[in-house]
Amino acid sequence: MSIPLPHFLVVGALLFALGLVTVATRRNAVGVLMGVELILNGANVNFVAFERYVGGGVSGQVFALFVIVLAAAEAAVGLAIVLAVFQLSRSIDVRQADLLRE
Amino acid sequence: MEHAAHALGPVPVTSAGYLWLIPFLPLLGAAVNGLVGWKLQRVLGKRAVHWIAVAAVAASFAVSVCAFVQLLGLPPEARHLQDTLWNLFTAGRLSVDFAFALDPLSMTMVLVITGIGALIHVFSIGYMADEPAYWRFFCYLNLFVFAMLLLVMGDSFAVMFFGWEGVGLASYLLIAFWYQDPEKAAAGMKAFVVNRFGDFGFLLGVLLLFWALGGAWQPRADRPLRPEYRPAAELNAVAGASTRAEALALAPRVEGVAIGPTLSFRELRDQITVEATGVRERLAGATLWGLPVLALVGILLFVGAMGKSAQLPLYVWLPDAMAGPTPVSALIHAATMVTAGVYMVARLGFLFALSPSAMGWVASVGALTAIFAASIGFFQHDIKKVLAYSTVSQLGFMFIGVGVGAYWAGVYHLVTHAFFKATLFLGSGSVILGCHHEQDMRKMGGLARHMPITRWTYLVACVAIAGFPVANGFYSKDEILWKAFTSRHLALFGAPLPWLGPAIYLLGIVAATGTAFYMYRSYYMTFTGTYRGADGHGHGQGHGAGHGHGTPHESPRTVTWVLAALAAGSVLTLLLGLPALWTGSEPLFERWLAPVLAPVAFAHGSHAQEWLFQGLGVAAATAGWLGARALYRDARSPVPAQLRDRFHRAWKVVYHKYYVDELYAWVVLRPAVRLAKVLAWFDAHLLDGLVNLVGGIARLFAAISDVIDRYAVDWAVNAVAGVTAAAGRSLRRVQTGRIQTYLYGALGGALAVVLLNFLLS
Repeated sequence: MSIPLPHFLVVGALLFALGLVTVATRRNAVGVLMGVELILNGANVNFVAFERYVGGGVSGQVFALFVIVLAAAEAAVGLAIVLAVFQLSRSIDVRQADLLRE
Repeated sequence: MEHAAHALGPVPVTSAGYLWLIPFLPLLGAAVNGLVGWKLQRVLGKRAVHWIAVAAVAASFAVSVCAFVQLLGLPPEARHLQDTLWNLFTAGRLSVDFAFALDPLSMTMVLVITGIGALIHVFSIGYMADEPAYWRFFCYLNLFVFAMLLLVMGDSFAVMFFGWEGVGLASYLLIAFWYQDPEKAAAGMKAFVVNRFGDFGFLLGVLLLFWALGGAWQPRADRPLRPEYRPAAELNAVAGASTRAEALALAPRVEGVAIGPTLSFRELRDQITVEATGVRERLAGATLWGLPVLALVGILLFVGAMGKSAQLPLYVWLPDAMAGPTPVSALIHAATMVTAGVYMVARLGFLFALSPSAMGWVASVGALTAIFAASIGFFQHDIKKVLAYSTVSQLGFMFIGVGVGAYWAGVYHLVTHAFFKATLFLGSGSVILGCHHEQDMRKMGGLARHMPITRWTYLVACVAIAGFPVANGFYSKDEILWKAFTSRHLALFGAPLPWLGPAIYLLGIVAATGTAFYMYRSYYMTFTGTYRGADGHGHGQGHGAGHGHGTPHESPRTVTWVLAALAAGSVLTLLLGLPALWTGSEPLFERWLAPVLAPVAFAHGSHAQEWLFQGLGVAAATAGWLGARALYRDARSPVPAQLRDRFHRAWKVVYHKYYVDELYAWVVLRPAVRLAKVLAWFDAHLLDGLVNLVGGIARLFAAISDVIDRYAVDWAVNAVAGVTAAAGRSLRRVQTGRIQTYLYGALGGALAVVLLNFLLS
């Protein structure tokens, strides 16, 4: 019960950074989506931690729950797009999905 | 004049309200035929066209008769109907209205114009039946009637001048009616140009009169004011008016007459005849460069009359005007338009009567024209040319009348001439129609058998013009000559010349003899003997041949009835002028016109003298008739040919009309053409060169501008576009379409923001 706030913040920041690196470097579209989950969860850790140490209520937890639901929906949409991309080009490599260039 | 001078007060005016109808109806007819006539003719036939035209003039005649009846109902001194339509302009104290006036003089003219005009319209139906441009002819004819009515009904110089120019235009259009024939088109132009010379004189006369009137009410140092002439001081206080009523209110009045500048005949006449206004005194004393203004005004106005009424030396257009269709010759160049000058002089009689010099010139020119034109008429072969010179000669008689001051006699001759000359012209038209458009009398002859109605009417008119007492011409011509003989007041250069009147009489009586001669000559050549038309120039051999196509025939009814009506008029109008010597009272026509004409004093002649001069007139006519009968009847006498061979030179000079046209061609035309050529050269070489130079300079500047445009301006514009395109080309690489590239961008941006934040704080 005596773990101080910065620890949580460090964990959240680590999660965010790892997610960002995943999104930026992964070639596999599914991997990119997983990176997005990591980023969102980094934010969730921050919500909950700040609620606990700074706010003092349940708003942070409610936000976290919302973000989880949102992430689920986002994952569904993202996977649908990935499926569509796969059907179009028989590949889910994000580097090849560059139809919107120029 | 024998009768008592008429009342010298201002003329009372009665408003009629319907006078505008008289000129408006022919204008309407002209407008309808001019605008939709071609369509009417195509859809409804020629009948519709001539019905419109004839109905317009006939209705106008009916309205004139109404006005005549109204005028008769008024007391003689108050016979003046006037309708003002609108104000033409008001400037300073002058106000000019577009107004129509009818007094006995203009009423006479209106009745002649619409009455004879209507008859001639009817004649044209038959005469122009084969004409394709039928509607155009009737449109012009109606237009002419309108302009002529404007001329005689206008109550001011301004309206009269509209009509004056209008009839010139209509005359031009009608003379050149067959404009595809260059000769006829040229005749039209000649008429127009010669008339312009006259019109210029007329305009100058009007302006000079106006100028003199302006001076007429200015006070003058050398001439003390009459005590009752108070207005001078008020007039000198300059105040302008903007409406007619204001102008009238500003004008000072003497005995009910408004004094001030005016263009209206009635107002001018009032100012001059009412002596207390002092205008007459001042006008009579006015001079310009040492010359009396009144004489100058009279002579300049008469120059206008010379042009319109074909007097020496401006008569040359009238014989050529015979190129027009014959009804036109009858209406315009015999009965109405050419009498405009006579009408104008009679209208302004109150002015002319003030200047014996102007009167002397008018009468002398008239007398010279009368004898000059009559002598040309002797040897012409073209029947219309004979009549044309006869018209010029008769107009000379009219000017003798109005010139010596026998205004009523001049106007009476105008009326009688309108009847018998219209008959003669229409008769010649009928002959021309009957002879298949042949105008040369040498190819006619013997027409009495083929065209009885034409023959008898022509003979009646010949009797009238020659001056036998059974028809109207005698009464007017005799009165004119008698008045000329008894006038003692005429002058040419200021001083009275008592011999001038008798000299004019002498010229006149010789001209009258000549008139009888050439008219009977034309009658005998045309109607007696045998028909010479069948084989061209043959002399009496063609009587057997030439049936079928070549036989002359009587004209249609519209032609012969009109001829009969006019011939009857030529006889019946003699009732208007029965001399006082026979009946004991003044002629009807004189009494009718007396209130509007200026009184002029004549020497008194005894009754025996008057009888003698009437006898002389008849003797002159008889001499002319017998001479023509002896020489030309049945074309049997060899004397004319012998005489012609004997005096070949003299004959040639007269036959060629004294070479006047050639003289004009030499004196007027040749220099004009030369000048035109010089100017054409000037135009082609100097003016065109100048214009081309300016054009060249402009082109040079344009070329320079073109270079600048192409190489400097275009280059700059293209450079801007090129830079933009190049920038776009290189920047498009940035857009890879890969999501992760964009992410790197976003990360880089965020990092930069954070770093900047650190650096700046």
